[in-house]
Parts: sequence; C-alpha cells; structure tokens
Amino acid sequence: MSAIENVSRRGFLKGVVSAGAFVLSVRYLPESLHAEGLPGNTRIDHAAFHPGIFLGIEPDGTVYIVAHRSEMGTTSRTSLPLILADELDADWKRVRLEQALGDERYGSQNTDGSHSIREFFETMRKAGATARLMLTQAAANQWKVSPDECKADLHTIVHTATGRKLGYGELAAAASKLPVPKPEDLKFKPKSAWRYIGKGSPSYDLPQVVTGKAVYGMDARMDGMVYASIERPPVLGGKVKSFDDKEALKVAGVSRTVSVEPFQGAWGFQPLGGVAVIANNTWAAFQGRKKLRVEWENGPNAGYNSGAYRKELQEKSRTAAKVARNHGDVDAGFAGGGKIIEADYYVPHLAHAAMEPLVAVAEFRNGKVAAWAPTQNPQAVQETVAKACGIAKDDVICHVTLLGGGFGRKSKPDYVAEAALLSKKVGRPVKVVWTREDDIRFDFYHSVAAVYMKAAVDSSGKPTAWLQRTVFPPILSMNNPNEDHAADFEMGMGMTDVPFDIPNLRVENGAASAHVRIGWLRSVSNIYHAFAVQTFADELAHAAKRDPVDYMLDLIGPPRIVDMAGVANPNYGGDYEQYPNDTGRLRKVLEMAAEKSGWGKRKFAKGAGMGIAVHRSFLTYVANVVEVQVSDDGTIHIPRVETVVDAGLVTNPETARSQFEGAAVFGTSIALMGSITATDGAIDQSNFNNYPVARMKEAPVRTNVHLVESDAPPAGIGEPGVPPFIPALCNAIFAATGKRVRELPLNKMKLV
Amino acid sequence: MVKVKVNGKEFSYDGDPAMPLLWYVRDELRLTGTKFGCGMSLCGACTVHKDGVAVRSCITPMSAVDGAEITTVEGLGASGLHPVQKAWMQINVPQCGYCQPGQMMQAASLLKTKKNPTDEDIDAAMSGNICRCGTYQRIRAAVKAAAREMA
Repeated sequence: MSAIENVSRRGFLKGVVSAGAFVLSVRYLPESLHAEGLPGNTRIDHAAFHPGIFLGIEPDGTVYIVAHRSEMGTTSRTSLPLILADELDADWKRVRLEQALGDERYGSQNTDGSHSIREFFETMRKAGATARLMLTQAAANQWKVSPDECKADLHTIVHTATGRKLGYGELAAAASKLPVPKPEDLKFKPKSAWRYIGKGSPSYDLPQVVTGKAVYGMDARMDGMVYASIERPPVLGGKVKSFDDKEALKVAGVSRTVSVEPFQGAWGFQPLGGVAVIANNTWAAFQGRKKLRVEWENGPNAGYNSGAYRKELQEKSRTAAKVARNHGDVDAGFAGGGKIIEADYYVPHLAHAAMEPLVAVAEFRNGKVAAWAPTQNPQAVQETVAKACGIAKDDVICHVTLLGGGFGRKSKPDYVAEAALLSKKVGRPVKVVWTREDDIRFDFYHSVAAVYMKAAVDSSGKPTAWLQRTVFPPILSMNNPNEDHAADFEMGMGMTDVPFDIPNLRVENGAASAHVRIGWLRSVSNIYHAFAVQTFADELAHAAKRDPVDYMLDLIGPPRIVDMAGVANPNYGGDYEQYPNDTGRLRKVLEMAAEKSGWGKRKFAKGAGMGIAVHRSFLTYVANVVEVQVSDDGTIHIPRVETVVDAGLVTNPETARSQFEGAAVFGTSIALMGSITATDGAIDQSNFNNYPVARMKEAPVRTNVHLVESDAPPAGIGEPGVPPFIPALCNAIFAATGKRVRELPLNKMKLV
Repeated sequence: MVKVKVNGKEFSYDGDPAMPLLWYVRDELRLTGTKFGCGMSLCGACTVHKDGVAVRSCITPMSAVDGAEITTVEGLGASGLHPVQKAWMQINVPQCGYCQPGQMMQAASLLKTKKNPTDEDIDAAMSGNICRCGTYQRIRAAVKAAAREMA
C-alpha cells in the first residue's frame, strides 16, 4: 500500500530541485501494517517494505525522478523511472534521474533476484498517475473547468474543448499546494496510450558510458583520500599470526600499514580481516602489499580440498536425504519392474568476476560515515558499515555509483566496511581497491553442487517414478556456519518446482557444510538444477529413441498450474496466484524455440548439432536451442542460439533482449570454462588466466531473442536466461559428438 | 623525468618509472574513463592508444611512454563523437559499460588498419577484451557500423 504525500514545501530533494518545485513523496508501507495495524499478521510476501520514490517537477518543466535501484547493466535505473514518466505522460527528454542514497524509506533497494521491475511496476505507475492527476486538477482550477474536461498530453495539460494548454512546469507551483488524491481515485492510462512501457529507451547513462565520463565505484574520489590494498587471510576464518611490514614501508608512496580485525561469529558480510597497506596512489598500495610478509593461523577450513569434497558430495547425493517434495510412491514405482535410468551431475564453485573489481571509498568523521560504492544493496551497506564501526545505521550515508557488473557479488558489502573501518583508523577518507586476484580469491562463491537423478521408465520410455536429489553447501551458512541444508528459496530454484507430470515424484536435499563463503551468483541454484534436470530429460528422450522436444512436452504434460500443495514454494517472492507455475506457458516457449530453430528439419554435418532445454526461473519462462560445431581438436564453436522468453509484460524490450544475449555468454563461461577449486582451504584461481571467462571468439556468434507478447504481470529479466542455456548447449554437444556431459566445465572433458 | 602527451596536452612525470600508465592517467590525471580490470593485460579494460596504436596501459610502465602521444577514451572523439562511439550508442552496445572504453579504443585502433574488417578480423582484434555482460555480438555489429560510417 502506498502513502503518497505532497512534500513540496519540505526538505526532500533539497539541492536537486528549487524551492518552488512540486515534489511528491511516495512512501510504501507493508500491506499488513497498513491494512491491519499490526505487522506480520498477514501474508509474509507482503511484509517487506515496498519502495518509495520521489518525484519533483521544476517550474522550468524539468521532471526529477529518483532511481532507487542500482544500475549494473540491466537498465533498472532507466526502466523504472520510464514507467513513472509514462504514467505521468512526461517527455522523457525532460526527465533527469537522481540516484537514491541508501535509505529504508524507499523499501527494498537490493537490486537482486531479478526483482526491480516486477516488484516496483505498480509503484511507479501510481506515482506517475498521482502527479498527473494533481497537475490536471491544477490546470482545471486555473481554467475554472472540471478536470474531466482536461487531459495530459506529453508534458502539458490540455483543455479538450478549447485547446488551451499549460505545461507541467507552469503548473508545478499550483499542483504543489493541492491535496494528494486517494489511491482509489487514480486512473491509469490504457495500454494503447503507453508511450514508453513496452517500447523502452536506451540506458539514461549511455552518453556518459561511451565517452568515459560515467562514474563507477572505481572512479569515485573524496578530497584528501588515501588508497588501501589489503592482504586477506587465504583460508576462510584465518587470522594474522604475525606480520613484517619493513619492506612494504620502504615503497615510495606507502605511508603505513593497518591491521583489519577478522570477523566475529558468523561471517555474514563482515570483512575477512588481514593487513592493509595505505599509500598515496593505487599502484604504491599494490606494490607495498607485495612486500608484506604475513604469517597466518589458518583454522579449521584449511582442510578444504575440492577433490575430496567432490567425492563427499557425490556419495551424499547417492544416499537418502531430507525430503523436500513428495507425491505418489516413488519407492513402489522404482520397485515396479520398469527400466531404471540414473545419472550423476556435478558443477564446481564459480566466481562472479565482474569487470570492475570490488572497490569503495569511505570517510569516517565525527561518528558518521559517508561512503561511495558500486553496491547492489545500499541499505546492507548501511547495516554492515554501522555494525563494523559501532555506529547507528542512520549515521551511514551510502552513495551509489554505477556498477561495473554485479552478478550478486556487489550485494555483499564487506568491501565497503573495509573502507569505513580503515578510514576510522587512519583519520582520512580511504579508497579500498581490490585487485583482480582479490576479487577471485575472496568471493562469495556460487555453490559447488552434486545432483543425482533417477527414473523408472515404462516400455514407451515415459517415467513412472522420478527422484532428484541435490547436495550443495547452502548460502545461509553465512549466517550460521553449521547450516548444512538448503533454504527453501534454493530448493525452489529448479528442484521443488520441477514441472513434470509424473505420478510418483520425490525431491531430496542432502547435507553439505560450507568451507568457503557461499553466495548467490546470477541465476543461483537454477544453474546446477536446470543443468541436471534438463540434461537428464534429454538422456531419457534418447534412451526412449524419441525426439527430445516431443519427449519434453510429454514430460511437462498438459497445460495446467503445477500443484504445489504441501510443498514449500517461495516462488521468487511472487504470489502464486499472480505468478503461478504455468505449464502452458512453459510448453509455448519450448514449441516456439523448436520452430524458430528449424528443429527436426535441419541436417548437420559430423561434429555439429542442436540441443534444446526449457526452464522457468524468476517467474520467467525461457527455452533455448543452441547450435554447436565441435572441431577435430575439440574446440566448441556456437554459431547460433535461439532464445524464446515469456517474461510477462516487458517494459524495455531492447535492453531485455540484451540481457538474454548476455545470459548466453554468461552461460558459455559457466559451461565451457568456469571452475573455482580450493587446496588446503585456499582458492587455486586468481585472474583471467586461470579463471577464464568467455571471449568474443568463444561466445555464441548470434543469439536471437524472441519475446512472447504477454499481458501477464512483469517477471524477471536479468537472470532467467542463464539456466536453460547450459543444458541446451550440453545437449547439443551430445547431438554433435555422442558424448554426454554430466559435469562442468567442458574444458575438463575430452570431446574428440 | 618522463614527458608525455595525453589527449593533446603535455605532462611531465617524475615518480616511480615502473608505475603503469593506467594508474598515472587515473590517479594523477584523474582521467578515469580508462579502467582497471586485471592488471595483467588479460582483459583489455585499460586499453589506450600509444602513438595511435592500442596498448594495455596496465602493463605499460611510465618509462615506456617518454615522448609518446597517448589517447584515452576522453580524447577519442576530439571533435565530437568518434564513429565508434556513435556506433556504440546506435547499437546499444553497453550493459554495465565498464569494459566499453577499452573495447572502443581497441575497435578504433583496428579500424585504423582494417577499413573493412571481416568477422575473423574483428574476432582476432577484439578477443583480448573481455566483456562479462556478454555484449560481443553487439560489439561486432558496432565495429562494422563504424567501419561503414568511416568509409
């Protein structure tokens, strides 16, 4: 529920708009709080604070819109204000964006989980409609006519009968004195009148980006700042035993070294600790750090070795475990005499490796912190910095810069807390710059996972019983290091929500402990779950000598809503009535992808072929057909990808298509070359030489993205493209070479 | 003492001659369009032109640029936007945008020697520049569009 206030004469947007401007505050309250007067007594999904934005109109007609979500390439920062501008009927060329500070009055600012549009679409429309209605009333008052005789038309209000016009700027002062209309009095534009929604706009920041003027975290500076580079414990939970900084201090430009305390209790987003080198430029800090001599106390995670851990995970994946979904009688189904098919799948840890390494600038002064950071979650910055520095959350000001990629890593603000803590110790603003090596070696890694799949099939090859068991160290180990089972939200990413029409079906989760920090990476658990489930389905299709598309359609079954009664169903935070798991939509994207690719109609030369996969994640349905050519030396070439997407109503189609093009490249990196391993608790990889990511020559040459026209509520865009791409590619490799891919990455496998 | 011209302006530098050009232009000249990505010439985010040719500024020491003319992304379109920048906008290449100054500097250098690059030329010239968002197909299209504009 929203509470929109006319705050034209208060201090909001001070310094942005002038005293005479019309300013609306849109503050969203939890629905339960608003409706019942008591928090937490209605649906949990609505208990989180919803967003607020501020909108201001200057007498010169400039419209200011506050962007409260972070920009890391998905155009959240552009597309949400665009929705507001549409409902306001504003001229986008006269809109200026202001990036919000971290502040809970906006509701969630955690730009993560492909949430931005779907969670704030209505908020933006209400804000725009409210302002439009007030401007209309102001014009009607001036003309002494009924507002029903007036309409908005691109930054002006028009009196229809006489053609008189007043611009939004001319009306701003009068509108600022009017009461705010009630939500039930708002009228929204019909879809046919939308100017921007569904048509889109390039990123607001595009001109700055191409001229090198855009400000990322790496480019932020504060007067008088010094630069820091931190030597961190190589093993999670390690501590400094002793250090020698004599040589480091001899490096020109290095002023001092400072100890950073290790984390206490569960690591959460706390800094890892270590020794910081402070210098007057980045290079000097890096050089000084190379000369540090640190002895470490490694602690219990020094026993973590990826080879041994993999065996442990795979043994557990073959052992009965905690049941997360069950219907029918799977054991009876397996004992029923059908053919049994089983397979083990494995995906290693992955690192985010955004192009901008982690970086933050912060100043601690008089018990307060001001920080500049490329963060996906400025309110988590406030909380984490406050806790680290022993101050109140409200005493942390977090400015959000552009992000040079995020992929989930920049939701975790350990790096900002480092800058604030160091500033507190050195008494000046500090810029902490992570090297690429730091970025790879001190990540919150995507979970390593083992998935076991088992099916009993009848004489036609159709499954009569189905078991899928997943084992991986969970994300919530960051809050409780002893946590060894998956959270519902992780199981809900491609495991418990499996959409297949099978009479006896069970989903299980085995225990696994974390020995490195585990975090969410673009698409999260969907990566290993879609890989296992969609590859296994292809295996069953081939075992049954059936066409994979036809077989998959049979597995999915008739169009229906997947029955989740009695199953924990987080559904990405989406209400299940509003966002059901609809097999009709799943079937449609699959059929369209087959059609667009010429599935079943094309002949391939030796070493070439196509594969298909389909997956719903972040409430969006995506099917991929991937075409591969495997050369005689085993090199994988991907000439073409067809991607069909049903994401409901899409606000910015062009930038949405970019996200799915990029998802195919991100998926290529995971499938072909992504692998993080540990030896004695320390990460083996360090830079793009030993943690390669896809380059132009390895990436798909052409990804064609088809967006299904839909009036369904908006769903996720940034993440859902990755999960189906990987099994579609691996199924294509099977078609091309006869080699079945059950573990990633492919560069560890001999294909020829 | 190193004398270097950056985007047409003369500068002299008497600090550590081993310091890479990247940190000189970023930390000292405050030209932050040139990005730090890897520090090992693996990703291309730091690409600038040295005497008109693309180099990785993260491994180019200041001692190697004495007397050189350096162009960064801020100086690429000395009079308005360079055709590469226009093509990058027209084709909506950037997502996060962080690697794109390096990509554009690399592309502009390619187009100086190959007026009409083939897909193979583009792959060969651009594969040293990583884009983690995965904008490669738009980069390829934009290089061709810029070539057409420059023809």
